[in-house]
Amino acid sequence: MSAEVRHMKTAAELALAETYAAAKQKLPGKGPLAVLREDAFRHFEAQGLPHRRVEEWKYTDLRALMRDLKPLASPPDASAKARAKTAGKIIGDVECRRLMFVDGAFASELSDVTPETGLAIASMNQALAKGDALVGTHVGKVIESKDAAVALNTALMGDGAVIRIAAGASIARPLHLIFVATGGKPASMFTRSLIVIEKGARAMLIESHEYAGAGSGDYQVNAALELVVGDEAHVDHVKIIAEGAGALHVSSLMASIGARARYNDFSFSIGGAVVRNQLFLRFDGEDTVAGIRGVCLLKGRQHADTTLVLDHSAKGCQSRELFKSVLDGESRGIFQGKIIVRPHAQKTDGKMMTQALLLSDTAEADNKPELEIFADDVQCGHGATAGALDEDLLFYLKARGIPPKEAEALLIQAFIGEAVEGIEHAGLREVLMEAAVAWLKARA
Amino acid sequence: MALLEVKNLHVEIGGKKILNGLDLTVEKGTVHAIMGPNGSGKSTLAYVLAGKAGYEVTEGQILFDGEDVLAMAPDERAAKGIFLAFQYPMEIPGVATMTFLRTALNAQRKRRGEAEFSTPDFMKRVRDTAGHLGIEQDMLRRAVNVGFSGGEKKRNEILQMAMLEPRLAVLDETDSGLDIDALKIVADGVNRLRSPERSMIVITHYQRLLDYIVPDVVHVLSKGRVVKTGGKELALELEAKGYAEFADEAA
Ligand SMILES: Nc1ncnc2c1ncn2[C@@H]1O[C@H](COP(=O)(O)OP(=O)(O)OP(=O)(O)O)[C@@H](O)[C@H]1O
Ligand SMILES: [Mg+2]
Repeated sequence: MSAEVRHMKTAAELALAETYAAAKQKLPGKGPLAVLREDAFRHFEAQGLPHRRVEEWKYTDLRALMRDLKPLASPPDASAKARAKTAGKIIGDVECRRLMFVDGAFASELSDVTPETGLAIASMNQALAKGDALVGTHVGKVIESKDAAVALNTALMGDGAVIRIAAGASIARPLHLIFVATGGKPASMFTRSLIVIEKGARAMLIESHEYAGAGSGDYQVNAALELVVGDEAHVDHVKIIAEGAGALHVSSLMASIGARARYNDFSFSIGGAVVRNQLFLRFDGEDTVAGIRGVCLLKGRQHADTTLVLDHSAKGCQSRELFKSVLDGESRGIFQGKIIVRPHAQKTDGKMMTQALLLSDTAEADNKPELEIFADDVQCGHGATAGALDEDLLFYLKARGIPPKEAEALLIQAFIGEAVEGIEHAGLREVLMEAAVAWLKARA
Repeated sequence: MALLEVKNLHVEIGGKKILNGLDLTVEKGTVHAIMGPNGSGKSTLAYVLAGKAGYEVTEGQILFDGEDVLAMAPDERAAKGIFLAFQYPMEIPGVATMTFLRTALNAQRKRRGEAEFSTPDFMKRVRDTAGHLGIEQDMLRRAVNVGFSGGEKKRNEILQMAMLEPRLAVLDETDSGLDIDALKIVADGVNRLRSPERSMIVITHYQRLLDYIVPDVVHVLSKGRVVKTGGKELALELEAKGYAEFADEAA
């Protein structure tokens, strides 16, 4: 046992300790916020980088995958900002309010900060430095997480968005948070955002993680978003992970959702060498309806792990989870989904489905569904499938004159379409399908 | 020149012999009926013509317009004008019938070096054709065959045929599962496509269909070979006597 507790620190772990020690005086936030950082780092240090014997990380051995730590990103210079301008294209001409974070730092001059009633936008760096009340109330507290990646984010959080949407406000345009790495030199970024949507408000959040540099990109991202969804609010959250081919991306969503809310979440993972997309969601009020969906398109040696923990902590909530992955080459797609139903969360209705489409013999799909049900009057279930495209269907299409690659593309689009359909915004559905089609074309 | 020539065709599936020296010649503009007991190899012939994988041709030849069909991929055969109406049409979740038709039509046209259809032209064509076949607009928006009744699936096959305008249509038991009214609609649809340029092979168990789609030639298939060929009166004869007399001939 004791041998397990103290392992030899890896190069990345040593570098994290050094980096934290050197940076902590300069990182924003004093008093309780500094304590929060310190506690988070101690928590991280005690366990180290998660590895395959940590159940929650068994398929993504971060200790092995993260060989080193890239230096903390320096503030973007003019040329980095110029490169960053190309980011955000993935959503095409969907009309949004763009908020740009270049190499982890808020770039107000590239962002649309025109005032709008009911909407307050600030930078996390400044909010932390000022000891902002909203940040003090929520950061590190929305979902108490023991996760090592979240702890690291808390210890090293630099900048990000702090957004508050007032009760009853309806925000016209989707808010598009663009986190772009510009690839000037190897770098690591620890962004932290907080979005509080008050009672009865309506908002659509798009978060995209992109690369705007040359080559495949030698960088690491650890991004976290804390989201508070008030009672009766109606919120969509779409996360697009389109990192450079060399990137290591870990991101965490921690969301607390109030009563009678409508919450619709979608993850679209298409880029990055190693991706870990964590979703920790908790229903804190009754009768909320939520859809949590995602699509992963992987090729080459890409590795993407979607880990979802959905905590039904209140009565009568309904959740639908649908995750689809398309795996080509030697890629590996992982889905871990846990639904917890607390003793008082009677009448919970939760259904989780995960499906993997394997386009090559060397691709691998791993699936770990879990139900932890402590209430007796619930309807919960999960299902999983993994397999290749149906040969008979392909033949039917080919017999009608459709060439093999096009026939495959049509079936793959239909496969992921079922999940994409869950996005409420029609324009966004379209652009994501287009991105998928482009991915399919590049494959051919 | 014959449009289709099947010469001494031997086909195996997983080592099992299914077709044993099948000969069939279809002239341009003619309608051939193929009848025969269950398991005699009718669908196998249809699949081999369309190019389905898993069928091993151990001997023989198939020529379409003088060209070697066996050397062509299924989509290439379709573009050349070979169409198979499936005995059991597939359901394709998530692909709208309209999208499917359009993708197929334009893929064929592209391969033949013809211009693709514009959206309005295509829409008009589908609407007209579907109208003739009593297919509702709503069905065109639904995923291909998903939730369609047996009869609707068969009608959808004929719709595809009418849209794709093949030179050789192979209809594999398109009449099975159709009620009398649907049978007439489907037969009308098929008859509308009869032309001096187009040939058809109609596989059926029932004389009734041949009252509506009157064949020029009738073949009897037994144990993987054509054992008798005649005029349309042969179908009546089979209806009366069954296949008993052919059981020995093929052996
Ligand atoms: N995939 C397969 N594997 C093994 N045997 C097969 C396969 N497909 C067909 N067969 C066999 O080949 C023979 C011919 O089948 P086929 O479907 O061509 O008959 P058919 O004449 O169309 O019959 P039906 O009138 O019932 O439609 C049958 O004995 C059948 O069991
Ligand atoms: Mg058959």
